[in-house]
Amino acid sequence: MADTAAQTEVATRAAVPARWQDFVALLKPRVMSLVVFTGLTGLVCARAPMNPVLAGVAILCIAVGAGASGALNMWYDADIDARMRRTRGRPVAAGRVQGADALGLGVTLSILSVGLMVLAVNLLAAALLAFTIVFYAVVYTMWLKRSTPQNIVIGGLAGALPPVIGWAAATGTTPLNAWLLCAIIFLWTPPHFWALSLYTAEDYAKVGVPMMPVVRGAASTRRQILFYSLIFVPAAIAPAFTGLGGRLYLAVSALGGAAFIGLAARLAAGKAGEAAEARGEGLYAVKAGAKDARNLFAFSILYLFALFAALLAERLAGLPALRP
Amino acid sequence: MSDGFNESPEAAKARRMRSIAIALALGAFVVLVFIVTIVRIKGHVVDPGF
Repeated sequence: MADTAAQTEVATRAAVPARWQDFVALLKPRVMSLVVFTGLTGLVCARAPMNPVLAGVAILCIAVGAGASGALNMWYDADIDARMRRTRGRPVAAGRVQGADALGLGVTLSILSVGLMVLAVNLLAAALLAFTIVFYAVVYTMWLKRSTPQNIVIGGLAGALPPVIGWAAATGTTPLNAWLLCAIIFLWTPPHFWALSLYTAEDYAKVGVPMMPVVRGAASTRRQILFYSLIFVPAAIAPAFTGLGGRLYLAVSALGGAAFIGLAARLAAGKAGEAAEARGEGLYAVKAGAKDARNLFAFSILYLFALFAALLAERLAGLPALRP
Repeated sequence: MSDGFNESPEAAKARRMRSIAIALALGAFVVLVFIVTIVRIKGHVVDPGF
């Protein structure tokens, strides 16, 4: 009887098509918006004349490529997503979208975004976009994520490449300044993600994902966050001296960087992630001991946004760089 | 008209909306490729590069 009921439920669920909003959610719109923003900054900072329609198509391709990566990630990780508080509401994990549909959407959008980038923009930008999708979906999601605590360090390259793709779309080249923008996001990723994982380590441990706090412990993770922060902030200030950023950028990067290191130092001196704590729903709902981690996590998003917004604002306002 | 399985009105609506979304996305893609083609051709006419 119970078997029959379960079979009926599965058959009913399989017969119910997902809502179109579930397919939008597969594309991780919040991640996509950050990728669009950094990609656009790279494109604008390249200072190359570009047809606005083709520039828009380039950004659209970057956005859709990022969305395709998200869909492939949700297809592959549905088993662990379903068992973690932060991710259990995702469409595949929650059973609203079939895994095969997510896979189909991811592959289709990957092909369309890279193909359109080749046709509309240039081969270098398309190759970088293809590399980014494969790196995130295959190298990070299928390999690194479940096998090493360095997963988000190496995997962070996928999230760091959009400004380089934007730059390549505008100029057909990737000079050092483009890679500097990439380095900023790459070095930002470990403190950002490990701060989050300090107060979500229980979930990662439960599903066997070897995040740094699970494998090396909270104290080591806090020290490594401080270490990466000390490398990241100088890299974030560097564009002010490489002909990329102006006075506004220098002020934002230096002041924000000081606050970033201050928060990382406070986190390193504290006890965040030490005790298994019950917490509420949402990324920001933590108990007192983990507030330092929550604060750094939240500030890291604001700081990265401010850095790229400053570069974008300077370019659009025609403000000069500190060095020509 | 029956399509072979019991489908609730809610499920039918979800399926219809998804079909419309796919149609709109495909239509937008076709228009986009057309516009890109025109822009690229125009660029080569203005600057043939030889």
